Amino acid sequence: MALPQAKLDQLSARIAGLHFPATGWQGKARGEALERLGAMGLPGKRDEYWRYTDPTALTAPETKAVEGRGEAAFESIDAVKLVFVDGVFDAAASDDPALAGVEITRLAEVADIHWAGDLYGQLEAAGQTPVQRPLAAIGSAFATDGVLIRATAAAGRPVALVYRSESYSSDVILHHVVKLEEGAELTLLESGDAAARLLTVMEVDVAKDARFHHVRSQGRTPERLVATHIFARIAEGALFKSFTVAANGVLTRNEAVLDIVGDDAVAHVAGVAVGDGRDFLHDDTVFITHGAERCESRQVFKKVLKNGATGVFQGKILVKPGAQKTDGYQISQSLLLDGDSQFLAKPELEIYADDVKCSHGSTSGAIDDTALFYLRSRGVPEKAAQSLLVLAFLAEALAEIEDEAIAEDLRARLEGWLDRHDG
Amino acid sequence: MLEIKNLHVKLEEEDKVILRGVDLKVEAGKVHAIMGPNGSGKSTLSYVLSGRDGYEVTEGSATLEDQELLEMEPEERAAAGLFLAFQYPVEIPGVGNMTFLRTALNAQRKARGEDEVSAGDFLKLVREKAASLKIDADMMKRPVNVGFSGGEKKRNEILQMALLEPKMCILDETDSGLDVDAMKLVSEGVNALRDEGRAFLVITHYQRLLDHIKPDVVHIMANGRIVQTGGPELALEVEKNGYADILAGVQ
Repeated sequence: MALPQAKLDQLSARIAGLHFPATGWQGKARGEALERLGAMGLPGKRDEYWRYTDPTALTAPETKAVEGRGEAAFESIDAVKLVFVDGVFDAAASDDPALAGVEITRLAEVADIHWAGDLYGQLEAAGQTPVQRPLAAIGSAFATDGVLIRATAAAGRPVALVYRSESYSSDVILHHVVKLEEGAELTLLESGDAAARLLTVMEVDVAKDARFHHVRSQGRTPERLVATHIFARIAEGALFKSFTVAANGVLTRNEAVLDIVGDDAVAHVAGVAVGDGRDFLHDDTVFITHGAERCESRQVFKKVLKNGATGVFQGKILVKPGAQKTDGYQISQSLLLDGDSQFLAKPELEIYADDVKCSHGSTSGAIDDTALFYLRSRGVPEKAAQSLLVLAFLAEALAEIEDEAIAEDLRARLEGWLDRHDG
Repeated sequence: MLEIKNLHVKLEEEDKVILRGVDLKVEAGKVHAIMGPNGSGKSTLSYVLSGRDGYEVTEGSATLEDQELLEMEPEERAAAGLFLAFQYPVEIPGVGNMTFLRTALNAQRKARGEDEVSAGDFLKLVREKAASLKIDADMMKRPVNVGFSGGEKKRNEILQMALLEPKMCILDETDSGLDVDAMKLVSEGVNALRDEGRAFLVITHYQRLLDHIKPDVVHIMANGRIVQTGGPELALEVEKNGYADILAGVQ
């Protein structure tokens, strides 16, 4: 069905200024992504999937320039750093990408990367049903750069993607492809502010018994706009864990689409968002499909909101016929530090197997006054007591990070944020 | 040490007067007990002294070593040496007991201009105090009071008291929910802290706690006032005859 003219015009305007590299090994996949996009059009605020989050700022042709203030996280973590400046890989600023058991290539390189050719745009395409994700198709069609990582063994160090912005007036689109071969293990870190408006797609293929850990810290620039997409395919006995901490920003939409295809696999996605002010909107949208037996999935999302900030969570667990002994857990909670802030949650379970265990819960609450007084009566000053209780609220989500040094780095950043936003 | 003069308190949110002119003076080194029937205002007194929200002081004053307590924040009162052992110790999921104790101790030291205790010294200190209260390592690792039995919670209160070394300790119905052995353990913990420079205000319904923690002075509180003051024998009289006789005598 052809799109209405208004939708076509809107889409044309959005992609008019974007570069489309039609040739090379990704040419075909990019062309297909563009076709998908043409059939879908851009998301609108009347779409069910964008009911709580107005996508207008993400779909507008232009975005206003803002001053970047982002600084990378994970400075204390010994990792192979790959730096992207204004959305372009900067070899001079990056570490030597040599890491035993891991091949790292940049997307913009012309050489044919066979393994990536089989994946690029493919997991994204598969993730377009049952819910359309047009922004992800933009990512596949128009990404200017990104990283292609193939792990064949257990990596000795994490790989850290570091985003910097110098012009900060730019619209940046990145597309990463990560493939973990059987039994491989990799930790991928992401941090920094890439642009005034950032759109990313990350496709992750986790083969049998491989283990993938993803930890992301989204930049601190108050005005930034971000739409991210993770598409993962998780094979038998494999583990996939993704954690995101987000502070500030005007609009952040983080989508995760996890497809569990092999038995005994584990998929966790978790996050912490802290927001201050009416302009803040943070949206976690997750879709986990259980398509095999005895698999475990967890969604743990916590948000701390104040001064009119808004948090959104849309989380779905789909258990396909035959996916027996599924263990699915989903929790989304917000701590509202005042009466102005709001949290909108839509937990969904759709189950077609009869021997499964799935639970979900969603709550909104304030700081516990009794606990606050208890701490103060022991001499802990009010602000410190409040921070302690906020961090306690976030603890279940932070516990999803397996590496203690990485978790500590993020905990310290959150404490810093709480210190700066204690008014 | 603690001097309360003509203290009148009502609930902030409603027109309910709870304390109607409490006068009380506790000297350093002494143990005072406050007994009284339900609803007499005993717990309110402890909350107002420690600075809990929800109460409005309409008249009177309370001083700790000549510092005006009622104008201080709860944490300032704690740093000045006031400690309230809660009737219902609060569970705080997500905050480790050890972290909590160390944060509290160092916050108080900082407020008094003293150096923070190092992690190593703290561990040594806490182990020593915990052992005498039969608090095991597992209880220290768990979140504050979460999953603790009634007795464990009360022992944890006394552990905090032992670590923070306050000058003025208020025990709000510390005996409630304790079996005989736990009461003995808690009382031993309290008695170990008795010294010349420290005073105690023990709030209780029953005389039995006072068998273990021997008071110097016993007050009877009723209807928001202290209606009678005497020696330890007053507690025995309550135990024997109940409050009704005493209250009838007063009126």
